[in-house]
Amino acid sequence: MSELIKKVTQLLNDKTVDVFIGYGKGSADRIRAIFVRSAEQTEKLVLNSACTQNLAGYILKQEVKHLGKIGVLANVAALRSMLQLASEFQVKDGEVLALFANPDGTLTEFIDFHSIEVFLTTTDTGITSDEQERIAQLEALTVSERWNFWNKEFEKCIKCYACRAACPMCYCHRCTTDVNQPQWIPVASHERGNLDYHLMRAMHLAGRCVNCGECASACPMDIPLNLLTYQLISPIKTGFGATAGMKADAVYALSTYKPDDKENFII
Amino acid sequence: MQEFEPKIVAFVCNWCTYAGADLTGTSRIKYDANVKIIRFPCTGRIDFMILMKAFENGADGIIVSGCHPNDCHYSTGNFHARRRWIVFRNLLNFAGIETERIQFSWVSAAEGFKWADVVNNTVKKIREFGPNENYKKIAVSTLFNEEGTSNE
Repeated sequence: MSELIKKVTQLLNDKTVDVFIGYGKGSADRIRAIFVRSAEQTEKLVLNSACTQNLAGYILKQEVKHLGKIGVLANVAALRSMLQLASEFQVKDGEVLALFANPDGTLTEFIDFHSIEVFLTTTDTGITSDEQERIAQLEALTVSERWNFWNKEFEKCIKCYACRAACPMCYCHRCTTDVNQPQWIPVASHERGNLDYHLMRAMHLAGRCVNCGECASACPMDIPLNLLTYQLISPIKTGFGATAGMKADAVYALSTYKPDDKENFII
Repeated sequence: MQEFEPKIVAFVCNWCTYAGADLTGTSRIKYDANVKIIRFPCTGRIDFMILMKAFENGADGIIVSGCHPNDCHYSTGNFHARRRWIVFRNLLNFAGIETERIQFSWVSAAEGFKWADVVNNTVKKIREFGPNENYKKIAVSTLFNEEGTSNE
Protein backbone atom coordinates (compact mmCIF):
# COMPACT_ATOMS: atom_id res chain seq x y z
CA MET A 1 0.00 0.00 0.00
CA SER A 2 2.61 2.56 1.08
CA GLU A 3 4.78 1.19 -1.68
CA LEU A 4 2.03 1.96 -4.19
CA ILE A 5 1.62 5.53 -2.93
CA LYS A 6 5.38 6.05 -3.03
CA LYS A 7 5.61 4.68 -6.56
CA VAL A 8 2.66 6.67 -7.92
CA THR A 9 3.94 9.86 -6.27
CA GLN A 10 7.26 9.34 -7.95
CA LEU A 11 5.64 8.61 -11.33
CA LEU A 12 3.54 11.75 -11.11
CA ASN A 13 6.37 13.95 -9.82
CA ASP A 14 8.80 13.06 -12.57
CA LYS A 15 5.96 13.31 -15.13
CA THR A 16 6.28 9.70 -16.28
CA VAL A 17 2.49 9.65 -16.15
CA ASP A 18 -0.04 12.51 -16.04
CA VAL A 19 -2.88 10.49 -14.60
CA PHE A 20 -2.85 7.29 -12.60
CA ILE A 21 -5.95 5.09 -12.52
CA GLY A 22 -6.22 3.28 -9.22
CA TYR A 23 -8.74 2.22 -6.60
CA GLY A 24 -10.20 4.60 -4.06
CA LYS A 25 -12.99 4.78 -1.53
CA GLY A 26 -16.46 5.04 -3.01
CA SER A 27 -19.80 5.66 -1.34
CA ALA A 28 -20.59 3.47 1.71
CA ASP A 29 -17.95 0.74 1.88
CA ARG A 30 -17.60 0.40 -1.86
CA ILE A 31 -14.41 0.66 -3.84
CA ARG A 32 -14.36 2.69 -7.03
CA ALA A 33 -11.88 3.78 -9.64
CA ILE A 34 -10.11 7.06 -8.98
CA PHE A 35 -7.99 9.15 -11.28
CA VAL A 36 -4.97 10.53 -9.49
CA ARG A 37 -3.45 13.57 -11.16
CA SER A 38 -1.14 15.03 -8.55
CA ALA A 39 1.14 13.77 -5.79
CA GLU A 40 -1.19 15.18 -3.11
CA GLN A 41 -4.04 13.01 -4.32
CA THR A 42 -2.08 9.77 -4.00
CA GLU A 43 -3.13 9.32 -0.36
CA LYS A 44 -6.64 8.57 -1.65
CA LEU A 45 -5.36 5.35 -3.18
CA VAL A 46 -6.68 2.17 -1.65
CA LEU A 47 -5.49 -1.37 -2.20
CA ASN A 48 -7.24 -4.30 -0.58
CA SER A 49 -9.01 -7.54 -1.44
CA ALA A 50 -12.11 -5.65 -2.64
CA CYS A 51 -10.10 -4.00 -5.41
CA THR A 52 -10.96 -6.33 -8.26
CA GLN A 53 -12.29 -4.05 -10.98
CA ASN A 54 -10.59 -4.21 -14.36
CA LEU A 55 -9.27 -0.66 -14.62
CA ALA A 56 -8.10 -1.11 -18.20
CA GLY A 57 -11.67 -0.32 -19.18
CA TYR A 58 -10.82 3.36 -18.70
CA ILE A 59 -7.71 3.67 -20.82
CA LEU A 60 -9.62 4.21 -24.07
CA LYS A 61 -12.16 6.66 -22.67
CA GLN A 62 -11.70 10.08 -24.26
CA GLU A 63 -12.14 11.93 -21.00
CA VAL A 64 -9.25 9.98 -19.47
CA LYS A 65 -7.09 10.01 -22.58
CA HIS A 66 -7.07 13.78 -22.86
CA LEU A 67 -5.50 14.06 -19.40
CA GLY A 68 -2.19 12.88 -20.85
CA LYS A 69 -0.08 9.81 -20.37
CA ILE A 70 -1.90 7.11 -18.43
CA GLY A 71 -0.66 4.84 -15.69
CA VAL A 72 -2.95 2.12 -14.44
CA LEU A 73 -3.05 -0.25 -11.52
CA ALA A 74 -3.65 -3.44 -13.44
CA ASN A 75 -4.77 -6.86 -12.32
CA VAL A 76 -4.27 -9.91 -14.53
CA ALA A 77 -7.46 -9.22 -16.49
CA ALA A 78 -6.43 -5.61 -17.03
CA LEU A 79 -3.05 -6.69 -18.34
CA ARG A 80 -4.78 -9.04 -20.75
CA SER A 81 -7.16 -6.28 -21.77
CA MET A 82 -4.21 -4.11 -22.65
CA LEU A 83 -2.71 -6.81 -24.86
CA GLN A 84 -6.05 -7.48 -26.52
CA LEU A 85 -6.56 -3.76 -27.16
CA ALA A 86 -3.02 -3.62 -28.54
CA SER A 87 -3.77 -6.48 -30.94
CA GLU A 88 -6.78 -4.46 -32.11
CA PHE A 89 -4.54 -1.39 -32.64
CA GLN A 90 -6.22 0.62 -29.88
CA VAL A 91 -3.18 1.05 -27.64
CA LYS A 92 0.41 1.61 -28.76
CA ASP A 93 3.37 -0.02 -27.10
CA GLY A 94 4.63 2.19 -24.26
CA GLU A 95 1.52 4.36 -24.34
CA VAL A 96 0.15 3.07 -21.05
CA LEU A 97 2.20 2.22 -17.99
CA ALA A 98 0.86 -0.65 -15.89
CA LEU A 99 1.60 -1.42 -12.27
CA PHE A 100 0.81 -4.87 -10.99
CA ALA A 101 0.45 -5.45 -7.27
CA ASN A 102 2.02 -8.78 -6.35
CA PRO A 103 0.44 -10.78 -3.51
CA ASP A 104 3.50 -10.10 -1.34
CA GLY A 105 2.92 -6.34 -1.52
CA THR A 106 5.64 -5.51 -4.02
CA LEU A 107 4.91 -3.83 -7.33
CA THR A 108 5.84 -4.92 -10.82
CA GLU A 109 6.08 -2.20 -13.43
CA PHE A 110 5.26 -2.97 -17.06
CA ILE A 111 6.41 -0.38 -19.55
CA ASP A 112 6.02 -2.45 -22.70
CA PHE A 113 3.80 -5.22 -24.04
CA HIS A 114 6.58 -7.76 -24.26
CA SER A 115 7.12 -7.78 -20.50
CA ILE A 116 3.33 -8.29 -20.00
CA GLU A 117 3.37 -11.20 -22.45
CA VAL A 118 6.24 -12.83 -20.57
CA PHE A 119 4.52 -12.26 -17.24
CA LEU A 120 1.23 -13.79 -18.45
CA THR A 121 2.88 -17.01 -19.63
CA THR A 122 3.49 -17.91 -16.00
CA THR A 123 0.18 -16.61 -14.64
CA ASP A 124 -3.16 -18.33 -14.25
CA THR A 125 -5.50 -16.56 -16.68
CA GLY A 126 -8.36 -19.06 -16.91
CA ILE A 127 -11.87 -18.70 -15.58
CA THR A 128 -12.47 -19.71 -11.97
CA SER A 129 -13.60 -23.22 -11.04
CA ASP A 130 -16.93 -21.75 -9.86
CA GLU A 131 -17.55 -20.30 -13.29
CA GLN A 132 -16.47 -23.51 -14.97
CA GLU A 133 -18.93 -25.39 -12.81
CA ARG A 134 -21.81 -23.04 -13.65
CA ILE A 135 -21.11 -23.40 -17.36
CA ALA A 136 -20.93 -27.18 -17.02
CA GLN A 137 -24.24 -27.19 -15.14
CA LEU A 138 -25.90 -25.20 -17.91
CA GLU A 139 -24.40 -27.38 -20.60
CA ALA A 140 -25.78 -30.44 -18.89
CA LEU A 141 -29.34 -29.13 -19.26
CA THR A 142 -31.50 -29.81 -22.30
CA VAL A 143 -31.80 -27.14 -24.98
CA SER A 144 -35.26 -26.08 -23.88
CA GLU A 145 -34.23 -25.91 -20.23
CA ARG A 146 -31.36 -23.65 -21.25
CA TRP A 147 -33.78 -21.52 -23.26
CA ASN A 148 -35.99 -21.15 -20.22
CA PHE A 149 -33.03 -20.30 -18.03
CA TRP A 150 -31.73 -17.57 -20.29
CA ASN A 151 -35.19 -16.29 -21.11
CA LYS A 152 -35.79 -15.79 -17.41
CA GLU A 153 -32.46 -14.04 -17.01
CA PHE A 154 -32.89 -11.81 -20.05
CA GLU A 155 -36.39 -10.91 -18.92
CA LYS A 156 -34.76 -9.02 -16.06
CA CYS A 157 -32.58 -6.93 -18.35
CA ILE A 158 -33.44 -3.23 -18.28
CA LYS A 159 -31.15 -2.37 -21.21
CA CYS A 160 -29.06 0.03 -19.18
CA TYR A 161 -26.00 -1.05 -21.20
CA ALA A 162 -23.85 -1.06 -18.07
CA CYS A 163 -22.32 -4.31 -19.35
CA ARG A 164 -21.28 -2.55 -22.52
CA ALA A 165 -19.91 0.47 -20.65
CA ALA A 166 -17.96 -1.70 -18.23
CA CYS A 167 -16.44 -3.96 -20.85
CA PRO A 168 -12.88 -3.00 -21.77
CA MET A 169 -13.43 -4.47 -25.24
CA CYS A 170 -16.60 -2.49 -26.05
CA TYR A 171 -14.99 0.66 -27.39
CA CYS A 172 -16.77 1.13 -30.74
CA HIS A 173 -17.87 4.72 -31.16
CA ARG A 174 -21.03 3.46 -32.79
CA CYS A 175 -22.26 0.19 -31.36
CA THR A 176 -24.65 -2.01 -33.37
CA THR A 177 -27.06 -1.41 -30.51
CA ASP A 178 -27.19 2.29 -31.39
CA VAL A 179 -27.78 1.72 -35.10
CA ASN A 180 -31.35 2.49 -36.11
CA GLN A 181 -31.17 2.23 -39.89
CA PRO A 182 -31.88 -0.68 -39.75
CA GLN A 183 -32.91 -1.07 -36.13
CA TRP A 184 -30.92 -4.23 -35.39
CA ILE A 185 -31.69 -4.21 -31.69
CA PRO A 186 -35.16 -3.06 -30.60
CA VAL A 187 -34.77 -0.18 -28.16
CA ALA A 188 -37.36 -1.22 -25.58
CA SER A 189 -36.33 -3.81 -23.03
CA HIS A 190 -38.61 -6.70 -23.90
CA GLU A 191 -37.71 -10.36 -24.23
CA ARG A 192 -37.06 -10.26 -27.94
CA GLY A 193 -34.82 -7.23 -27.93
CA ASN A 194 -33.00 -8.42 -24.84
CA LEU A 195 -32.23 -11.77 -26.43
CA ASP A 196 -30.96 -9.98 -29.53
CA TYR A 197 -28.84 -7.64 -27.52
CA HIS A 198 -27.18 -10.26 -25.35
CA LEU A 199 -26.49 -12.69 -28.18
CA MET A 200 -25.04 -9.87 -30.23
CA ARG A 201 -22.89 -8.79 -27.33
CA ALA A 202 -21.61 -12.30 -26.76
CA MET A 203 -20.94 -12.83 -30.45
CA HIS A 204 -19.03 -9.55 -30.79
CA LEU A 205 -16.91 -10.52 -27.80
CA ALA A 206 -16.27 -14.07 -28.95
CA GLY A 207 -12.52 -14.60 -29.09
CA ARG A 208 -11.93 -11.16 -27.55
CA CYS A 209 -13.23 -11.65 -24.02
CA VAL A 210 -10.44 -11.65 -21.43
CA ASN A 211 -12.75 -13.05 -18.71
CA CYS A 212 -12.53 -10.10 -16.33
CA GLY A 213 -16.21 -10.48 -15.43
CA GLU A 214 -16.88 -6.74 -15.46
CA CYS A 215 -20.11 -7.18 -17.47
CA ALA A 216 -21.67 -9.39 -14.83
CA SER A 217 -20.47 -7.36 -11.87
CA ALA A 218 -21.72 -4.14 -13.51
CA CYS A 219 -25.17 -5.65 -14.12
CA PRO A 220 -27.72 -4.12 -11.74
CA MET A 221 -30.08 -7.03 -12.39
CA ASP A 222 -27.50 -9.73 -11.60
CA ILE A 223 -27.68 -11.47 -14.95
CA PRO A 224 -24.73 -13.89 -15.27
CA LEU A 225 -23.71 -12.31 -18.59
CA ASN A 226 -20.12 -13.35 -18.30
CA LEU A 227 -21.08 -17.01 -18.78
CA LEU A 228 -22.19 -16.31 -22.36
CA THR A 229 -18.77 -15.09 -23.40
CA TYR A 230 -16.82 -17.43 -21.11
CA GLN A 231 -18.51 -20.40 -22.68
CA LEU A 232 -17.06 -19.44 -26.07
CA ILE A 233 -13.48 -19.30 -24.79
CA SER A 234 -12.82 -23.02 -24.87
CA PRO A 235 -14.26 -23.84 -28.32
CA ILE A 236 -12.27 -20.97 -29.80
CA LYS A 237 -9.16 -22.19 -28.06
CA THR A 238 -9.55 -25.82 -29.06
CA GLY A 239 -10.92 -25.06 -32.53
CA PHE A 240 -8.72 -22.19 -33.61
CA GLY A 241 -5.89 -22.22 -31.07
CA ALA A 242 -6.57 -18.63 -30.07
CA THR A 243 -6.81 -17.06 -26.61
CA ALA A 244 -7.62 -13.38 -26.23
CA GLY A 245 -5.23 -10.98 -24.57
CA MET A 246 -2.09 -13.09 -24.48
CA LYS A 247 -0.17 -11.53 -27.36
CA ALA A 248 -0.02 -7.89 -28.45
CA ASP A 249 0.34 -8.90 -32.09
CA ALA A 250 -2.27 -11.65 -32.10
CA VAL A 251 -4.72 -11.95 -35.00
CA TYR A 252 -8.39 -12.00 -34.04
CA ALA A 253 -9.65 -15.57 -34.35
CA LEU A 254 -12.73 -14.59 -36.35
CA SER A 255 -10.93 -12.38 -38.85
CA THR A 256 -8.66 -15.15 -39.99
CA TYR A 257 -9.12 -18.78 -41.00
CA LYS A 258 -7.40 -22.04 -41.74
CA PRO A 259 -8.41 -23.94 -44.87
CA ASP A 260 -8.79 -27.05 -42.72
CA ASP A 261 -10.90 -25.61 -39.88
CA LYS A 262 -12.92 -28.51 -38.47
CA GLU A 263 -16.70 -28.56 -38.31
CA ASN A 264 -19.27 -31.33 -38.40
CA PHE A 265 -22.48 -29.55 -39.34
CA ILE A 266 -22.06 -28.26 -42.90
CA ILE A 267 -23.39 -30.71 -45.46
CA MET B 1 -56.41 -28.84 -38.12
CA GLN B 2 -54.23 -27.51 -40.86
CA GLU B 3 -50.94 -29.26 -41.39
CA PHE B 4 -47.90 -27.28 -40.28
CA GLU B 5 -46.12 -25.72 -43.24
CA PRO B 6 -42.65 -24.63 -42.18
CA LYS B 7 -41.39 -21.26 -43.29
CA ILE B 8 -37.78 -21.61 -44.37
CA VAL B 9 -35.53 -18.75 -45.33
CA ALA B 10 -32.44 -19.56 -47.36
CA PHE B 11 -29.48 -17.21 -47.36
CA VAL B 12 -27.33 -18.16 -50.29
CA CYS B 13 -24.28 -16.78 -52.02
CA ASN B 14 -24.60 -15.26 -55.43
CA TRP B 15 -21.86 -17.26 -57.09
CA CYS B 16 -22.47 -20.88 -56.17
CA THR B 17 -25.68 -21.79 -54.40
CA TYR B 18 -27.85 -19.19 -56.11
CA ALA B 19 -26.62 -20.45 -59.46
CA GLY B 20 -27.07 -24.00 -58.18
CA ALA B 21 -30.67 -23.26 -57.24
CA ASP B 22 -31.11 -21.77 -60.70
CA LEU B 23 -29.86 -25.03 -62.16
CA THR B 24 -32.36 -26.94 -60.07
CA GLY B 25 -35.06 -24.89 -61.73
CA THR B 26 -33.76 -25.13 -65.28
CA SER B 27 -33.29 -28.87 -64.80
CA ARG B 28 -36.99 -29.00 -63.82
CA ILE B 29 -36.27 -30.72 -60.54
CA LYS B 30 -39.19 -30.22 -58.17
CA TYR B 31 -38.56 -29.29 -54.57
CA ASP B 32 -40.60 -28.06 -51.64
CA ALA B 33 -41.94 -24.56 -52.04
CA ASN B 34 -41.50 -23.64 -48.36
CA VAL B 35 -38.21 -21.97 -48.98
CA LYS B 36 -37.69 -18.29 -49.70
CA ILE B 37 -34.29 -17.63 -51.19
CA ILE B 38 -32.38 -14.46 -50.39
CA ARG B 39 -29.29 -13.78 -52.46
CA PHE B 40 -26.14 -12.46 -50.86
CA PRO B 41 -22.85 -11.50 -52.48
CA CYS B 42 -20.98 -14.09 -50.44
CA THR B 43 -21.48 -16.29 -47.37
CA GLY B 44 -18.87 -14.03 -45.75
CA ARG B 45 -21.49 -11.27 -45.90
CA ILE B 46 -24.12 -13.22 -43.98
CA ASP B 47 -23.95 -11.65 -40.55
CA PHE B 48 -25.30 -13.65 -37.62
CA MET B 49 -27.69 -10.77 -36.90
CA ILE B 50 -29.43 -11.48 -40.20
CA LEU B 51 -30.15 -15.05 -39.10
CA MET B 52 -31.48 -13.82 -35.76
CA LYS B 53 -33.77 -11.39 -37.59
CA ALA B 54 -35.09 -14.22 -39.76
CA PHE B 55 -36.10 -16.19 -36.66
CA GLU B 56 -37.72 -13.13 -35.16
CA ASN B 57 -39.70 -12.46 -38.28
CA GLY B 58 -41.26 -15.88 -38.16
CA ALA B 59 -38.86 -18.28 -39.85
CA ASP B 60 -39.11 -21.86 -38.58
CA GLY B 61 -35.89 -22.86 -40.23
CA ILE B 62 -32.94 -21.29 -42.00
CA ILE B 63 -30.65 -22.57 -44.72
CA VAL B 64 -27.26 -20.95 -45.16
CA SER B 65 -25.44 -22.08 -48.23
CA GLY B 66 -22.48 -21.02 -50.32
CA CYS B 67 -19.48 -22.13 -52.32
CA HIS B 68 -17.50 -25.19 -51.29
CA PRO B 69 -14.25 -24.44 -49.43
CA ASN B 70 -11.55 -23.30 -51.89
CA ASP B 71 -14.26 -22.34 -54.41
CA CYS B 72 -15.18 -18.93 -53.03
CA HIS B 73 -15.48 -16.24 -55.67
CA TYR B 74 -13.64 -13.92 -53.30
CA SER B 75 -11.16 -16.66 -52.29
CA THR B 76 -11.71 -16.55 -48.53
CA GLY B 77 -15.29 -15.44 -47.79
CA ASN B 78 -16.61 -18.89 -47.02
CA PHE B 79 -13.61 -19.74 -44.82
CA HIS B 80 -14.32 -16.72 -42.67
CA ALA B 81 -18.01 -17.59 -42.65
CA ARG B 82 -17.24 -21.13 -41.53
CA ARG B 83 -15.34 -19.90 -38.46
CA ARG B 84 -18.18 -17.55 -37.62
CA TRP B 85 -20.76 -20.32 -37.85
CA ILE B 86 -18.72 -22.64 -35.66
CA VAL B 87 -18.72 -19.99 -32.93
CA PHE B 88 -22.30 -18.87 -33.53
CA ARG B 89 -23.67 -22.42 -33.31
CA ASN B 90 -21.88 -22.83 -30.00
CA LEU B 91 -23.47 -19.66 -28.71
CA LEU B 92 -26.95 -20.56 -29.96
CA ASN B 93 -26.71 -23.96 -28.36
CA PHE B 94 -25.61 -22.45 -25.07
CA ALA B 95 -28.40 -19.87 -25.22
CA GLY B 96 -30.92 -22.67 -25.68
CA ILE B 97 -31.80 -22.12 -29.33
CA GLU B 98 -32.17 -25.29 -31.40
CA THR B 99 -29.19 -25.34 -33.73
CA GLU B 100 -30.97 -27.94 -35.87
CA ARG B 101 -33.15 -25.14 -37.20
CA ILE B 102 -30.21 -23.72 -39.11
CA GLN B 103 -28.89 -25.91 -41.91
CA PHE B 104 -25.49 -24.99 -43.29
CA SER B 105 -24.41 -26.42 -46.60
CA TRP B 106 -22.01 -26.03 -49.49
CA VAL B 107 -23.82 -26.19 -52.83
CA SER B 108 -21.90 -25.39 -56.00
CA ALA B 109 -23.34 -23.99 -59.22
CA ALA B 110 -23.28 -27.50 -60.70
CA GLU B 111 -25.17 -29.17 -57.83
CA GLY B 112 -28.77 -28.60 -58.78
CA PHE B 113 -29.74 -31.99 -57.39
CA LYS B 114 -27.94 -31.34 -54.10
CA TRP B 115 -29.84 -28.07 -53.64
CA ALA B 116 -33.18 -29.84 -54.06
CA ASP B 117 -32.02 -32.44 -51.53
CA VAL B 118 -30.88 -29.82 -49.03
CA VAL B 119 -34.21 -28.01 -49.23
CA ASN B 120 -36.34 -31.15 -49.10
CA ASN B 121 -34.40 -32.61 -46.17
CA THR B 122 -34.50 -29.35 -44.25
CA VAL B 123 -38.24 -28.95 -44.80
CA LYS B 124 -38.76 -32.53 -43.65
CA LYS B 125 -36.62 -32.01 -40.57
CA ILE B 126 -38.35 -28.77 -39.60
CA ARG B 127 -41.75 -30.32 -40.23
CA GLU B 128 -40.88 -32.94 -37.58
CA PHE B 129 -39.46 -30.26 -35.31
CA GLY B 130 -42.61 -28.18 -35.47
CA PRO B 131 -43.07 -24.43 -35.42
CA ASN B 132 -40.41 -22.24 -33.80
CA GLU B 133 -42.58 -21.77 -30.71
CA ASN B 134 -39.91 -20.28 -28.48
CA TYR B 135 -39.24 -17.38 -30.77
CA LYS B 136 -42.89 -16.93 -31.66
CA LYS B 137 -43.77 -16.63 -28.00
CA ILE B 138 -41.37 -13.82 -27.31
CA ALA B 139 -42.21 -12.17 -30.63
CA VAL B 140 -46.00 -12.28 -30.28
CA SER B 141 -45.89 -11.11 -26.70
CA THR B 142 -44.09 -8.01 -27.80
CA LEU B 143 -43.95 -6.61 -31.26
CA PHE B 144 -45.87 -8.83 -33.64
CA ASN B 145 -49.51 -8.92 -34.61
CA GLU B 146 -51.35 -12.14 -35.31
CA GLU B 147 -50.31 -12.43 -38.94
CA GLY B 148 -46.73 -12.54 -37.77
CA THR B 149 -45.77 -9.30 -39.46
CA SER B 150 -43.88 -6.64 -37.65
CA ASN B 151 -45.65 -3.80 -35.87
CA GLU B 152 -42.50 -1.76 -35.86
